[in-house]
Amino acid sequence: MSAANRGITRRRFLGQTAALTVGFTLAPLVRGLAQAPSVLPGSLQKNRMLDGWLRINPDGTVTAFTGKVEIGQGIVTALAQIVADELEVDLGRIEMVSGDTSRTPDEGVTSGSRSIEESGSALRFACAEARGILLETAAAKLGAPLSSLRVEDGVILAPGGVRATYGELTTDAMLKREATAKAKPKPSSAHRFIGKSVPRRDIPGKVTGGAAYVHDMRLPGMLFGRVVRPPSPRARLVSVDERATRALPGVVAVVRDGSFLGVAAEREEQAIAAARALRKSAKWQETASLPPSGRKLFEHLRRQPAQDAVVSEKNDAAASAVKTLEATFTRPFQAHAAIGPSCAVAQWQEGKLHVWSHTQGVFPLRRELAKALTTPASDITVTHREGSGCYGHNGADDVALDAALCARATRGRPVKLQWMREDEFRWEPYGSAMLIDLRAGLDAQGNVVDYHHELWSHTHSTRPGESDGTNLLAAWYLKDAQRPGSARNIPQPAGGGDRNAIPLYVFPRQRVINHLLPEMPVRVSALRTLGAYANVFAIESFMDELAAAAGADPVEFRLRHLSDPRAKAVIEAVASKAGWRPKQAGDGRRGRGIGFAKYKNLAAYVAVIAEVDVDRATGAIKVPRAFAVADAGLIINPDGLANQIEGGVIQSTSWTLREAVSHDSTRVLTRSWADYPILRMTEVPSVDVSLINRPEEKPVGSGESAQGPAVAAIANALANATGRRIRDLPFTPERVKAAQT
Amino acid sequence: MAVTLSVNGRRRTVAAAPETPLLYILRNDFELNAAKFGCGMAQCGACTVLVDGKAVRSCVTPALAVVDTKITTLEGLGSATSLHPLQKAFIEEQAAQCGYCIAGMLMSAKALLDETPHPSEGDIRQALAGNLCRCGTHNRIVRAIQRAAKEMSP
Ligand code: FES
Ligand code: FES
Repeated sequence: MSAANRGITRRRFLGQTAALTVGFTLAPLVRGLAQAPSVLPGSLQKNRMLDGWLRINPDGTVTAFTGKVEIGQGIVTALAQIVADELEVDLGRIEMVSGDTSRTPDEGVTSGSRSIEESGSALRFACAEARGILLETAAAKLGAPLSSLRVEDGVILAPGGVRATYGELTTDAMLKREATAKAKPKPSSAHRFIGKSVPRRDIPGKVTGGAAYVHDMRLPGMLFGRVVRPPSPRARLVSVDERATRALPGVVAVVRDGSFLGVAAEREEQAIAAARALRKSAKWQETASLPPSGRKLFEHLRRQPAQDAVVSEKNDAAASAVKTLEATFTRPFQAHAAIGPSCAVAQWQEGKLHVWSHTQGVFPLRRELAKALTTPASDITVTHREGSGCYGHNGADDVALDAALCARATRGRPVKLQWMREDEFRWEPYGSAMLIDLRAGLDAQGNVVDYHHELWSHTHSTRPGESDGTNLLAAWYLKDAQRPGSARNIPQPAGGGDRNAIPLYVFPRQRVINHLLPEMPVRVSALRTLGAYANVFAIESFMDELAAAAGADPVEFRLRHLSDPRAKAVIEAVASKAGWRPKQAGDGRRGRGIGFAKYKNLAAYVAVIAEVDVDRATGAIKVPRAFAVADAGLIINPDGLANQIEGGVIQSTSWTLREAVSHDSTRVLTRSWADYPILRMTEVPSVDVSLINRPEEKPVGSGESAQGPAVAAIANALANATGRRIRDLPFTPERVKAAQT
Repeated sequence: MAVTLSVNGRRRTVAAAPETPLLYILRNDFELNAAKFGCGMAQCGACTVLVDGKAVRSCVTPALAVVDTKITTLEGLGSATSLHPLQKAFIEEQAAQCGYCIAGMLMSAKALLDETPHPSEGDIRQALAGNLCRCGTHNRIVRAIQRAAKEMSP
């Protein structure tokens, strides 16, 4: 189908329903004219040329390209393991190039624990195919039958001692062809690197002060930049004394464009001082635009105009309910809160822009920068450099635009711009607040027969590069202001706010409804797991309530409502690992609870058992210990997987016990770690992780798979310990104390 | 305006205002990457370095206050080719996710082990309670420090 045709059908599709027919009848017609491209695995589907993924170098080394980027999850190492195994080349001779608009495939955003599936599958099939091509070439050259050849570390050996190396066989043209995905990847029995805890490539640099991050870049003539953000989201700049700031030591540029303010200076502390002076002199007109806070926030959410969707509906025959339970769960706005504030380096030369960024998607960021700067995307290069862990869409992309705006005023000198702590806390897009109503009916045997899940929340993704507006902060404050994109929900099966809202349990009658609230007075976007954290918190808390109402043990109750053997296996494994005793009551102070989810209902299975220790006098909760069992299909790197699961449990414990962004009707009040405490070294649980390897299943990521089960396990442990359930996050001492009385 | 500082055994005079926080001089003048800007308010520990063997927050330490001291950054402990036992242990335990907090963790750990060569797990957690990590790498960090302690003073 030509691009023009596609455009027409798409437009009609959006415009009127009658066009649906047009779309469907056109497709086979067009396919008759040209062979429809075959469906290829993972990101090969959109990046179909082999040489886009792989280069065999004459010296026998291999360069592999991925559009996914390292964000502390160990992906680049895992992908190298895949390349090494499929090509049969030693890991040490594989160079990985990731996230660069001038060199790598466009794989969208590194998010949602999808990199192993998307980039990993693509590289797996591309390398298997390249190996086949090299073998065929060798067979012809060596005059030996294909079946007699074997490969040892990039050397093809034929009987009688004849040999040829990949480096000798490779030609420029060899991989300039479209992938067919016909070559079968190796079976797991032939893996040398996949399945091993290969040490991460990035760690030695990070523990020795190597230049590991964009924050560490130094370019010739580089200046330092800072921004002065408005005091509140709807504030407009009335006046500012740019002249006085320009006169300060080291200041090279003061940029004012509408309500955007930035500086560039020779030294970093000079940029900070200049920004401070600029802020002091700025006069703003503020508008109260934020929703009510605390309890009132959720009543407010329930009343907002919403786009409603029935996400799942089932009406199978079953007995009628004899007992009905209802409960409401809430989750506040929560922050990504990276340890290192966002940073970028930008340089303009002859109208062309180069940006170095810890964005999760170099291509989407480039598209958005092009809109914001009204510059053709072809004149912009975005190169990924690592940053502090981001945990979703934080300030990484925004700061790239800030740096580009400041660098436009420095006559070709590059600008490294980092946000201050307060910029990060007040301006990053938060994980959306959520309100969830659940209702379920039990039959006379104590089985769930009716289930109703209804949720209210804003969108969980306002990432750059995917909307009808410009999703970069500064763009909304320029003189020629651009608008943020309109809200949309990520559709099922992955889901956005409704991610994991459809229970994996088999309930005969169920209805899941998502109320997407398109107005976003508080800026929100993707925070690890999107809606799954709160949905799993609600479902899994409720499962314990239902089990109690049915007089059943929580583990047994879950198992009897599941049909998926992999789901049952992780629950059984964690119960046995933790020495779970059926119907064991808490002692008023200590208790245990379980939580389970299959992330997105299509990725890793994780079950967690957590222990809590409650100080009833103060309401303070400790989570001394947690057990986690994960099944992420074929395991690429066991230690890397365990690290992700352990980190996920700890991060979720922090969200659960501590975290909520605070604001009044005008301003965000969370500005520093004093306002947003996270768990410390003395407070984190010990985490006992076990992995189930499934070599016959496809590998899936798991950076986000443990957070839902962990919050649920803690909630259930708390109820088990004290006999009182808390359904509002976070579990602050005040709430815990209030629940006791 | 200039200040002379001694960092990792190297003395250098840099053209900076004396009240400049040490962190920026280390990163931008000495071109040392390890100490990181995290908060600039002594709340997170990402910028931790040693001043005469004591762990300090370089983001709130004016250069003037440390002119006659010995400053040590992570680069002063060891390098990729000759690792300090702490660095080696962090690699062996794969004690990092994003790693942004790690340099600060290592320096707090170094200060601890210099004073307390056989720390308990509780000692380690206490000594690092002021260093924040957002990735949830805490327990691996503790294990790495225990491993290093064992290797340094068996
Ligand atoms: S940057 Fe110094 S303590 Fe946070
Ligand atoms: S490893 Fe990322 S903040 Fe600690």
